[in-house]
Amino acid sequence: MIPTDDIEFLKKKARTIRRHVVNMIFEAGSGHPGGSLSCVDIVTVLYFYQMRHSVMGSSADHDRFFLSKGHAAPTLYAALTECGYFPVEELCSLRKFGSLLQGHPDIHIPGVEASTGSLGQGLSIACGCALAARLDNRDCRIYTLLGDGECDEGQVWEAALFAAHYKLDNLTAIIDRNGLQIDGPTEKVLSLEPIAGKWREFGWHVIEIDGNQILEIINAFKEARHITWKPTVIIAHTLKGKGVSFMEWIASFHGKALNKDEMKIALEELGGA
Amino acid sequence: MVEMKSTRDAYGDALLKLGENTDVVVLDADLSVSTQTNKFANKYPSRFIDVGCAEQNLIGVAAGLAIGGKIPYASTYAIFAMRAWEQIRNTLAHDNIPVKIAVSHAGLTNGPDGASHQALEDIALMRVVPGMSVIVPCDAVETDRAIISESARMGPAYIRLNRSKSPVIMPEDYEFRFGQAVLLKEGNDLAIIATGTMVHAALHASDLLKKENVAARVINIHTIKPLDERRIISAAQDTGAIVTVEEHSVIGGLGSAVAELLGEYCPVPMKKIGVRDVFGESGEYEQLLEKHGLTPDVIVQSAKEVLRRKQ
Repeated sequence: MIPTDDIEFLKKKARTIRRHVVNMIFEAGSGHPGGSLSCVDIVTVLYFYQMRHSVMGSSADHDRFFLSKGHAAPTLYAALTECGYFPVEELCSLRKFGSLLQGHPDIHIPGVEASTGSLGQGLSIACGCALAARLDNRDCRIYTLLGDGECDEGQVWEAALFAAHYKLDNLTAIIDRNGLQIDGPTEKVLSLEPIAGKWREFGWHVIEIDGNQILEIINAFKEARHITWKPTVIIAHTLKGKGVSFMEWIASFHGKALNKDEMKIALEELGGA
Repeated sequence: MVEMKSTRDAYGDALLKLGENTDVVVLDADLSVSTQTNKFANKYPSRFIDVGCAEQNLIGVAAGLAIGGKIPYASTYAIFAMRAWEQIRNTLAHDNIPVKIAVSHAGLTNGPDGASHQALEDIALMRVVPGMSVIVPCDAVETDRAIISESARMGPAYIRLNRSKSPVIMPEDYEFRFGQAVLLKEGNDLAIIATGTMVHAALHASDLLKKENVAARVINIHTIKPLDERRIISAAQDTGAIVTVEEHSVIGGLGSAVAELLGEYCPVPMKKIGVRDVFGESGEYEQLLEKHGLTPDVIVQSAKEVLRRKQ
């Protein structure tokens, strides 16, 4: 059983991160709010419940996370600042000239494990990292979060073959299945379904969850830890723009910033001032 | 009798020595027999990772292994590494991840396989990436030393190797110094600046020129990036005439790097020898070298041309 207090703490944390995301993208005047909001609950559970990590720097048995869908950088940055990797004041510098917080995750940012943003590359990096850990008999887990549109990239499937072949059971991939990519619904742009079947046929253990439900996310990670000889993929069904009513399931908010009025309404909905 | 050995052969042997370091891992994309990484695979199977013919994943997995503390050498043919150019740029070079990409069958050495398997643009593509080092050893000895010394240097590198056997030029006690050109022959009439397989042809050409009382300096540029600017500028100052030779396109390779440098700091008459903006084709290696003018005779003619322009 997971204590109710923990769930409540994580829900609250997710709300805080959503508020950061909305603020950051408004301040930046550009960014990717839709896909940042859809994955907040997943990233929250990773950083505040699931992963062993430390702001003091990574050590051999620490877990690692690669944000393969790098355009959700605001979510990662908000989580990192909430963990204490860098001061919260940095958030308003997102995407600005001379700032720490680059438009996509950058290695120079404390807590970021690899620069990402060009789609399709995080799973390969995660595979290499998982293999390195296994070669050294290190007890650590490697996580990577992919977008569903990102699964159009051929490299994702190269890496999917690889992880299954090398039986990387210390690797967990999460797919933010929000159903929308820049040009519209994924099934209209380039069909992914049956996406669970594809991963299963590629030799992965597949878990399907509601990726905006904290408890389901926690349980999925728990299940993944007990799977041996197979990598696990969590297909997390999420809502693009989750938490802000007028952004939910709206493709145009993939890469569009909020204006001032929208920002105000969004913060109100997220329980802010 | 001059010893003949391919640089890919020397690479395979060097990996065997490096394998004693348990942090060294070797990756290949289904070409381990051709790239000679199979020697390492046989001796250290648990540290050899075949990714199948999937070059984008090759680079990503190598990057992940390096992040996890390993020292990865990733191999395929030169032509196929270009397929992962964007991964090399964004994943490796941007984060300064110490993956050593050692590619074989560069230039025209993959003769009979034809244009699709010959790499004549790779130096240009790698050289343009910030933070990427480009190393082109001239023979088996230099390959051995470069491969071993790279294991201790931070940052990514592209190491360009060949399929065909070539003469061993460097002495057994040769020490590889990253980024430092090697003066192989003194001379003040002109300088022949060569890289890789063409270093031997340059030396041969300088012998031919000597018979005509022309003293050609011969410089081996094993590191095209970072370029040994000081030695190249002083060669231009001392001789006033430059010929560059490479088994690569005349666009973007060694010749371009030298021309960019001298154009800014010391313009002198110069001639670039290389493949002149065309694709390769099937044929024996020597036939292709002949067709593209990558021979001592053409180097001699070019030397005479720059000498005329110098006067």
